Amino acid sequence: MGGYVDQIVRGQIREFIGQQLRANQEYQLMDPAEKNAFFLSQVERAEKRYGLDRPFAVRSLAFLWNAIRMDFGTAQLMSSDTGSRQVSLIILDRLGPTLLLLGASNLILFFASIGVALALSRSYGNIWDKLIIAFSPTSSAPSWFYGLFLILLFAAVLKWLPFGGMIDSPPPRDQLGYALNVAKHLILPTAAIITSSIFISIYNWRTFFLIYSSEDYVEMAKAKGLGDRDIQNRYILRPTLPTIITSFALLVISLWTGLILTEGVFQWPGLGRTYITAIGLYDTPVIVAITIIYAYLLALTVFLLDFVYALVDPRVKIGD
Amino acid sequence: MEGLRNGFKQLIKYPSALIGLILIALLVITSILTVIFIPRNEAIRLWRGGEAIWGQNPKTAPPAWTNIFRSKKLPETIILNPSSPGTDVQLSERAPGEALLVTYIFDYTADEAPQDIVFSFTATFKSRNPFVSIFWITPDGREIRLIEQGINYNTTYRVVQDTKLQRRLNGLSPEIGLFDNPETEAVDVLKGTYQIVIDGISFEEGSQIIKSDVVLHGKVHGLFGTDNQRRDLTIAILWGTPIALAFGLVASFGTSVLSMIFAAIGVWFGGWVDELIQRITEISINLPLLSILIMIGTFYSRSIWVILVVTVALNIFSGEIKSYRAIFLQVKESPYIEAAKSYGASSGRIIFSYMIPRVTPLLIPGLVLGVPTFVFLEATLAALNLGDPVLPTWGKVIYDAWQTGGAVYNGFYYWILEPAVLLIVTGLAFAMVGFAMDRVFNPRLRDI
Repeated sequence: MGGYVDQIVRGQIREFIGQQLRANQEYQLMDPAEKNAFFLSQVERAEKRYGLDRPFAVRSLAFLWNAIRMDFGTAQLMSSDTGSRQVSLIILDRLGPTLLLLGASNLILFFASIGVALALSRSYGNIWDKLIIAFSPTSSAPSWFYGLFLILLFAAVLKWLPFGGMIDSPPPRDQLGYALNVAKHLILPTAAIITSSIFISIYNWRTFFLIYSSEDYVEMAKAKGLGDRDIQNRYILRPTLPTIITSFALLVISLWTGLILTEGVFQWPGLGRTYITAIGLYDTPVIVAITIIYAYLLALTVFLLDFVYALVDPRVKIGD
Repeated sequence: MEGLRNGFKQLIKYPSALIGLILIALLVITSILTVIFIPRNEAIRLWRGGEAIWGQNPKTAPPAWTNIFRSKKLPETIILNPSSPGTDVQLSERAPGEALLVTYIFDYTADEAPQDIVFSFTATFKSRNPFVSIFWITPDGREIRLIEQGINYNTTYRVVQDTKLQRRLNGLSPEIGLFDNPETEAVDVLKGTYQIVIDGISFEEGSQIIKSDVVLHGKVHGLFGTDNQRRDLTIAILWGTPIALAFGLVASFGTSVLSMIFAAIGVWFGGWVDELIQRITEISINLPLLSILIMIGTFYSRSIWVILVVTVALNIFSGEIKSYRAIFLQVKESPYIEAAKSYGASSGRIIFSYMIPRVTPLLIPGLVLGVPTFVFLEATLAALNLGDPVLPTWGKVIYDAWQTGGAVYNGFYYWILEPAVLLIVTGLAFAMVGFAMDRVFNPRLRDI
């Protein structure tokens, strides 16, 4: 067990120590037997530090236990912006850009899709409605995939927007310029994320609102002569609020992990790109830590949802 | 069965579903033909074979058919060897001191010079190596001497690297200079019949020049072009089809059918079995699937079969199982199940012969809609460089083009667009059929 990654890491350790020792004056003066013994002792020390002296299964369980307690330890090769090897610091460093991208794209996606869906459900069957339905299968492709096309079109061919990254180099000095520059870099990744989910989102909401707008109490409200806006806000949106919130939360969750490759494609310096770097370097602690973070975020969202239901929907009761 | 047939009749009334079905049929036919005509081992050999197999292909050449849209026609690769037509081989007896004289005659009609001109020789000798001179004769009769040198057992001569020749050609890069029309100011290609004369002399008994081939690397290649390692993309594009379809269909079929079976078992037995399945589902929903697949790809195995099995295993206990459970709870109370119970049918018989067939029509839209998800999942993993190391897939071509080839920055758009377009066509085909099926088979949506 442990597979080739262990072998790769062992090889890396030997190579690195070998390099370090060759540069060492004192080491050069030792005789061959002594040299070898010293080299092996150094390798053993490094392997112990990496935990390679213990069997794979034991190591994995220990790792899991530490990770569940959010004790991520130190990274093997990567370091944070301040130069620390602490995995938690590495993750905290990269969380900001991810949250910025996630927040920007999600808010637009959520409000746009609900707004459009409400409009469509009122005028259902017209040309726009048919168009959105026709486009909904495009959502089967993930956001990185649309990212490729967007970069190809807007960065490579038209040269309107940057290929990727979060800020020009060198960054603008004043704060407004900085913000505008980040915003410019934000356009394409946000557009990619929105393109990949907006049509299916609108389609689902539209179907959902249509089902709710054929309820008896909505017919009743119409018969009473209430305005369209009142019916929409009080009789359609209000009872569907828990579902809307759930869907929003699940959307956030799916985007969290879906962002990995999108960030890679756009060279966005967030968690996803760190993940890709860690995969490339076989930096076990970072990979495990990010996976655990994703798992915790998922669990936390599902857990919080139960409370939110009780708050927004008087029909839901906890206990008796 | 009758229900399915009626459903199918309704389905093909939707134009989107019809288009989707036609596309799926085309993809399936492509896959079958690919697997028949390029067997797996042959595909792997062609894709991973090394310089011996790709050597004669040009580097990052767009597909040949792009010439139709170009005003300046790019050259295709020309391979010249003694058996190629238009070749004039003299003196097959190669005794010591006698010359090997090969004259290659070819017509050049493209508007641009080739990427490179490569001469390769193989010779046998003991102590004194044979000697060759190469002459380049243009259509207007100029004679340009390329090299005069002794050759080893294997010698290749690439004109691009010949800086001396470049100086003699007024500083033009040799592959351009050799085709340049001296009559005009601008650099343009002189079209017509060119000749290459290779004159070789050997100095020993038994020593001879066995091979003397010339390859003029073109700037366009084949149906799909080549990548930066000179590999013909046709292999990856064609072989990506059966892999994508197989992965998508098997994963989708496996997860849908297994979740349905587990839901049915849970509902039928109830009690702790149901509880257990529910708890597993709740845990499983909270697991980040992509991250776990990435961890398995990094630490354990990148084999497509391992990834497939894990994908199916992690997707069984997904949200879908809850909706199946809700349906089975209704089915369980139906009179015909009561009847089956009363005549003493076994649990297995009730589950597999009575409960599951009843719900099968609901399974199909989900199954078809699941295919693109899994096709793209495989592509995502491959694009993270976690694809199967042996098989050529679309995701891997995207990875190569994006990460290692810099296709977008260098303008090799065909390289990234070909796999991307095929991915989106596959995804859209299944999604369009799936959406239409959802409307046909899902009673809740029928009126809307």
